[in-house]
Amino acid sequence: MAGTRIAPDSVWVLGAHMTRFARYPEFDAVDLAAESVLGALADGGVAIGDVDVLAAGSLMQPPGLGQRIQKQVGQTGIPVYNVTNACATGATAVRAAVMAIKAGEAGIGLAVGAEQMGKMGLLGGAAKKKEKRVFEPSGRYGAVTGIDGYLGTATMPGVFAQAGMAYAGEHGGVSFEQFARVAYKNHLHSTLNPLAQYRKKFSMAEVMESPMMSYPNTLLMCCPTGDGAAAAVLVSGERLRRMAPEQRRRAVKLSASVLTSDPYVEWGQVQPDVNTLTRNAAAQAYEAAGVGPEDLDLVELHDCFATAELIHYDNLGLCEPGAAGDFIDSGAPFRDGATPVNVSGGLISKGHPIGATGVANLYEVVAHLRGEAGDRQVPGAKVGLAHVIGLGSACGVHILEKAAA
Amino acid sequence: MSSSAGDPASVPIVDYLRLGSRPHLRARQCTNCGARYFDRRNACANCGGTDMAYARVRNQGVVKSFTIVHRAAPGIPVPFVSAIVETADGTSVRSNLVNCDPDPETVRLGMKVRLTTYAMGTDDNGTTAVAFGYEPIRSQRAGTKNPQGH
Ligand SMILES: [Zn+2]
Repeated sequence: MAGTRIAPDSVWVLGAHMTRFARYPEFDAVDLAAESVLGALADGGVAIGDVDVLAAGSLMQPPGLGQRIQKQVGQTGIPVYNVTNACATGATAVRAAVMAIKAGEAGIGLAVGAEQMGKMGLLGGAAKKKEKRVFEPSGRYGAVTGIDGYLGTATMPGVFAQAGMAYAGEHGGVSFEQFARVAYKNHLHSTLNPLAQYRKKFSMAEVMESPMMSYPNTLLMCCPTGDGAAAAVLVSGERLRRMAPEQRRRAVKLSASVLTSDPYVEWGQVQPDVNTLTRNAAAQAYEAAGVGPEDLDLVELHDCFATAELIHYDNLGLCEPGAAGDFIDSGAPFRDGATPVNVSGGLISKGHPIGATGVANLYEVVAHLRGEAGDRQVPGAKVGLAHVIGLGSACGVHILEKAAA
Repeated sequence: MSSSAGDPASVPIVDYLRLGSRPHLRARQCTNCGARYFDRRNACANCGGTDMAYARVRNQGVVKSFTIVHRAAPGIPVPFVSAIVETADGTSVRSNLVNCDPDPETVRLGMKVRLTTYAMGTDDNGTTAVAFGYEPIRSQRAGTKNPQGH
């Protein structure tokens, strides 16, 4: 096709789909995943029989999600990789399918992430319960009782609050208002996204005065739990070249697919480092794609909490070093700003069914690059970045580019 | 907790808290690169070295980060201040700030603190668990509910 250059060793997103994130007590994760798989296959114009490899991600489902999805959509005997990698699970499923394609073992790969969380809290760290209370050392630290709440916090809102406050301490301060403005923005963005779990605008005062979870994160600055699924059909350039013009036109190039883990830092044993591995992943992704942060038309990043989004502005190089607070104040990450961030509403308002998140952010970027994002469309978007991070830690960064047709 | 020295009715909340006349934290330290760990490591996560020795962690430090926790699992008293403290010898520790109002106007990044201990509970055998926290050095007050140590 004249004007379209498709390198045979490149990898493309051929089809993508996500369910609306919501609470689906009547469905299980297999139902939700199967809906997304069928949706992504239809979107890409292929059938399950065309797929050479399946990667399925979930964090909280029983083993064998991928095979149980096959029972719903087609048992073709292809290899299945069931993956779990904290909140980067979905991106890890994408990465597994990409590697199979890059290795030449698959022409078409399918990645799906799904979760059914119900109304569980994200607090975790519950105290040990014993019928008789006896202080006996156990575990790697010889703890005689639950330490959460005594030796600091292990809850997610608290851990990410500490990540944000450490950034504030290193860079001359970030105000409560600046952290809150991140959540204000993402709630505002979600009003335009019919796939978001919540679609309600809140004022700055409402964000700041909602119940305090872990200072500076209030309830409206924390992602909800929820249910949902997302899927992506990936294809090699070699295969895409032989596909129909309409498939080629809508295909989105996966210019970089990177997964990192957390390298050693002195403080890593007491506070998970969400920075270094994100910086490493971003550097590798920019290098592989041959683009820089200034080229990005939109970014979907891992705003599990408002404090997290703010520090990732810096980690992904979207702002000047140390200037993440100024960046949100400048309006740059708003939908009409210089670098729109989380126009989907982000985890904070679109929702965070954990296994689905790292595929759903690809779906969002793909929708914009195709010009199919409806009311929330970022006009003329050509390059986008999707980022997820899971504690432990794992980070996935994908850079996507509109076809040059 | 000087009274707890050798007292069989007291146990530290974690094994890296060493009680006695001068309570302190004890880390495993890589003899090759100096990295410190509060749990056992098969090899150093920084350099791969396998030779570890115990090191006494300094009790004074500064607050590098904090959060004020208002929602926690059932049974955990809130609000409390969770902090990352960097000790004078460069070891990061996570614990609560104690003897310090759980208020963002009171807790300061960079604030100087020191380790202190307090009884956090007693089990059905009458054994007391001793926890550690960090208290502001300049605002030490007599008569608050858990002022032990030193
Ligand atoms: Zn070492």
